[in-house]
Amino acid sequence: MELLKNLPEMDLMRSEKMTFVQLIIPVESAHRAVSYLGELGLLQFRDLNDDKSPFQRTFVNQVKRCAEMSRKLRFFKDQIHKAGLLSSVLPTLQPDVDLEALETQLSEHEHELIEMNANSEKLQQTYNELLEFKIVMQKAGVFLVSGKTYETAEGRELDDNVYLSDYPESASLLEQATQSGPSISSGLRFVSGIIPKSKVLLFERMLFRATRGNLLFNQVPADDHIMDPVSSEMVEKTVFVVFFSGEQAKTKILKICEAFGANCYPVPEDLTKQTQITQEVLSRLSELETTLDVGIRHRNSALHSIGVHLTTWMTMVKREKAVFDTLNMLNFDVTKKCLVGEGWCPIFAKPQIQEALQRATFDSNSQVGIIFHVMDAVESPPTYFRTNTFTNAYQEIVDAYGIAKYQEANPAVYTVITFPFLFAVMFGDWGHGICLLVGALILIARERKLSSQKLGSFMEMLFGGRYVLLLMSLFSIYCGLIYNEFFSVPYHIFGDSAYRCRDDSCRDAYTAGLVKYRDAYPFGVDPSWRGSRTELPFLNSLKMKMSILFGVAQMNLGIMLSYFNSIYFNNSLDIRYQFVPQMIFLNSLFGYLSLLIIIKWCTGSKADLYHVMIYMFLSPTDDLGENELFWGQRLLQILLLLSALVAVPWMLFPKPFILRKLHSERFQGRAYGILRSSEVDTDSEPGSARQHVEEFNFSEVFVHQMIHSIEFVLGSVSNTASYLRLWALSLAHSELSTVFYEKVLLLAWGYENILIRLVGLSVFAFATAFILLMMETLSAFLHALRLHWVEFQNKFYAGDGYKFKPFSFAAIADDED
Amino acid sequence: MYGFEAMTFNIHGGYLEAIVRGHRSGLLTAADYNNLCQCETLDDIKMHLSATEYGPYLQNEPSPLHTTTIVEKCTLKLVDEYKHMLCQATEPLSTFLEYITYGHMIDNVVLIVTGTLHERDVQELLEKCHPLGMFDSIATLAVAQNMRELYRLVLVDTPLAPYFSECITSEDLDDMNIEIMRNTLYKAYLEDFYRFCQKLGGATAEIMSDLLAFEADRRAVNITINSIGTELTRDDRRKLYSTFGLLYPYGHEELAVCEDIDQVRGVMEKYPPYQPIFSKLSYGESQMLDKAFYEEEVKRLCLSFEQQFHYAVFFAYMRLKEQEIRNLMWISECVAQNQKSRVHDSVVFIF
Repeated sequence: MELLKNLPEMDLMRSEKMTFVQLIIPVESAHRAVSYLGELGLLQFRDLNDDKSPFQRTFVNQVKRCAEMSRKLRFFKDQIHKAGLLSSVLPTLQPDVDLEALETQLSEHEHELIEMNANSEKLQQTYNELLEFKIVMQKAGVFLVSGKTYETAEGRELDDNVYLSDYPESASLLEQATQSGPSISSGLRFVSGIIPKSKVLLFERMLFRATRGNLLFNQVPADDHIMDPVSSEMVEKTVFVVFFSGEQAKTKILKICEAFGANCYPVPEDLTKQTQITQEVLSRLSELETTLDVGIRHRNSALHSIGVHLTTWMTMVKREKAVFDTLNMLNFDVTKKCLVGEGWCPIFAKPQIQEALQRATFDSNSQVGIIFHVMDAVESPPTYFRTNTFTNAYQEIVDAYGIAKYQEANPAVYTVITFPFLFAVMFGDWGHGICLLVGALILIARERKLSSQKLGSFMEMLFGGRYVLLLMSLFSIYCGLIYNEFFSVPYHIFGDSAYRCRDDSCRDAYTAGLVKYRDAYPFGVDPSWRGSRTELPFLNSLKMKMSILFGVAQMNLGIMLSYFNSIYFNNSLDIRYQFVPQMIFLNSLFGYLSLLIIIKWCTGSKADLYHVMIYMFLSPTDDLGENELFWGQRLLQILLLLSALVAVPWMLFPKPFILRKLHSERFQGRAYGILRSSEVDTDSEPGSARQHVEEFNFSEVFVHQMIHSIEFVLGSVSNTASYLRLWALSLAHSELSTVFYEKVLLLAWGYENILIRLVGLSVFAFATAFILLMMETLSAFLHALRLHWVEFQNKFYAGDGYKFKPFSFAAIADDED
Repeated sequence: MYGFEAMTFNIHGGYLEAIVRGHRSGLLTAADYNNLCQCETLDDIKMHLSATEYGPYLQNEPSPLHTTTIVEKCTLKLVDEYKHMLCQATEPLSTFLEYITYGHMIDNVVLIVTGTLHERDVQELLEKCHPLGMFDSIATLAVAQNMRELYRLVLVDTPLAPYFSECITSEDLDDMNIEIMRNTLYKAYLEDFYRFCQKLGGATAEIMSDLLAFEADRRAVNITINSIGTELTRDDRRKLYSTFGLLYPYGHEELAVCEDIDQVRGVMEKYPPYQPIFSKLSYGESQMLDKAFYEEEVKRLCLSFEQQFHYAVFFAYMRLKEQEIRNLMWISECVAQNQKSRVHDSVVFIF
């Protein structure tokens, strides 16, 4: 016992000792203190204003200002993104600007940008209009020339009887028309304009309906795309010319044009006038273009100067916001001159925190120091493990099941080795192991680069588990060497096989078997087993027994950990009435089975272990006959059976009754203190620790204990059986890889055709990569996970704690990514 | 569906039902409303809303906020959700979802037509339209001079066209006409929606007929109250009542002859489901009636989430969300105009 207590402390075994602390910070140094604590990242603040809504808290204005600033920053980012600038992050040595300065700076920048945007938008609008005008002019001009023939033809029909005699040949009419504006004389008018292409169809239909078909609609797609000033996207547009007659129709058409957002531009019918205006428009266009260019260049340079600082500003604002959010969790004390905060911190961090607080007092020239003292707390402390990059992934595996109770034995310590090992038992192939190793090494070698960039969810998972992958691959190389499988092919690495054929011809090697002629193969499975008739029975028996040994060992480890937990929490009740009977029960049945397995392996006996185990229950007094492995086995079996039977009520009944007795004793003791306890209730301050009276419900406790006992008794059988998955998956893996090797690669290699060989090789490679390396890895991973979560951890792990979440700037920066 | 919806519903409707139930859990709760009612400025409201589902929609708004911005952004969220659901929906759910928007379409048509009658700017009117009730040629409504033109030019392309059969007249548009048109259209719409839901059958028909009947009855009461003291004749009034619902047909006969609010009350109190609504009001009061109806409606809508495998949840969700936006609008208005004592007048808690 003494030896166990004097063991050096394992860091990861128990979570850090935490303490509940109270801070009393003078208002003037509060901000600085909290931001220093954020840099330190070792104190978890408790929200003391839980009942207040966010806008009723003290520093709500500052939080709002920060939100406003981050909105501006988002606006800048958006603008920079839209302008297509790459925000080059230069590590500028900019002196720390304070928040006020930054705020004014930001609003200046925003104002400037908005103004510039408005200007360029206005310019863009004029530019668009001119451009559209130009296009309409070009396109509609064509219509007008060809349209005039229509018009005249129509006009002649309309006014046939009126002007019949006056009209000479149509050629001269055309001439006359160009001169005097025929549309007016014939009552025909036109509207020309431009409209987004997507609306043309509807527009035409609407016009048709509104004028009852009395119109002529011409359209032609514009060549240039025009920028939409709102969304700054290029829009395809169509030029249209509508010919119609009548004043009423005109107002209707114009209204419809307006409703559809079609821009109408008057096109002079006169050709000379047309060219003149076109000239004018073109010159103005080029002018505008240069103005726009200058504007854009100006804007880009402004954006660029913002972009240099953007990331620094963003982190700064984010930090400020976090600081104020934290300050909002603090309470004012009675004098309104100090802020009171409460929180959890690990004990080892106390000097660091104190140092940071002193620094804050000094830096803010405060007269009064910050008071930092330890308090008692009612609730249980958070769980905090100091992990490193290597152990973190394993801790995550355990945390995914449940966060450890405060100071509870941490299964992650063992998981570091047992998890990759159990994985490898199911994934034993040193060829595949080397592939995994290469992958893991690549991930680790590029660690620095990969950790800074954003990865896809799958890649991120792989990267997060890179050290798990590393150990998994190393162990699967090890297990693969024991199974002697390299992509399912056995190799003679450790010398020659212990077996040889009976004669030189080796004819009856498969039927009669081989003979052993030298010592056993030094390491792992003898390669000669491969392809022999007894390969499967031999390997199955080996792996099955091995699985049971591993399972019993791991479950025993789990129960042992429950012992260490009880020692740690000074719970002798659990040791006496839970740990001891559990140990006895498990080991008298399955521990005994493991013993038999080992004896059988050592002695080479041919006893049937199934038979031994089954008849141990059915008729324990019978003679074992040829299945007897050692002297006194029958007696031992009877003894074990009896002790297992005794163990069940032992773990079921005493504990709840003793608990009840203890409780009633405590309750009687309290009978004296009723008066005092009521006094305590009245002046109990919030947050101060008081042993609160827990209800004792005997039936509940008893049912709970019953469930636990039944679970353990049934569980020890089903969990042992569950470990057989180690054998099953390993068998499946080796059989699958054998199939791919023999039925794909060897089959293809049998042909002399290079093409078939290539196809076979590629199919083999794909099957190896996707089915064996990915799917099988995943399934073996999941099974190993289950063995740890269910079979191992249910023996001792409560997992009902909560994680330590310190206020830390580093965590805030991570969150954003 | 013959009552076996559970077997086949999830093939097409399962995903969207899950989506809509997820959206429902994002609705503001009574605790949220309590917090919102305590806000001092619109920024406080924004701050509170940024912790809810509305967060991403409001976070990029510059600080001097207006009530309209809040409402606009909240409506935008509803529209986005609706569009997402509509994209994912298959028949007949997509038709069902489209039916939900027809009410807004009618309102928009009426809004534009009334607006042009009073010579308001079309663009300005368009901004006021509910985005769910928009259709392509809505801007051209301004061109029309009378009902016949309205129908022939614009509405013939919209889903509202069949509802117009009863109100095509060559009369010029005026306020009275338009209001009658709105109610006629609404009547036809509700009846059509009701028929459609009956055709769907199963739990959808059962729940929707209940919800639509309530809607029809509420409209009947509102029409009656609003037409008291106008030149609308009794026969005309009767024509505007939908031909289903709890009040149909006998209640309608009685409502048609009502001359004041207390008579309406007398009629309605004969119907047990409406008794509690009216018993809350004092005699002669019609101000609080709207709120009482809204509360009842919200209760019924919430109940529709208790059953699974039907489409009424979509209708209920859209309605609840609209109620939520109305609440937000009211709260923000009260806060903006410093009328905090009146905040509780019109807010209907949903959960």
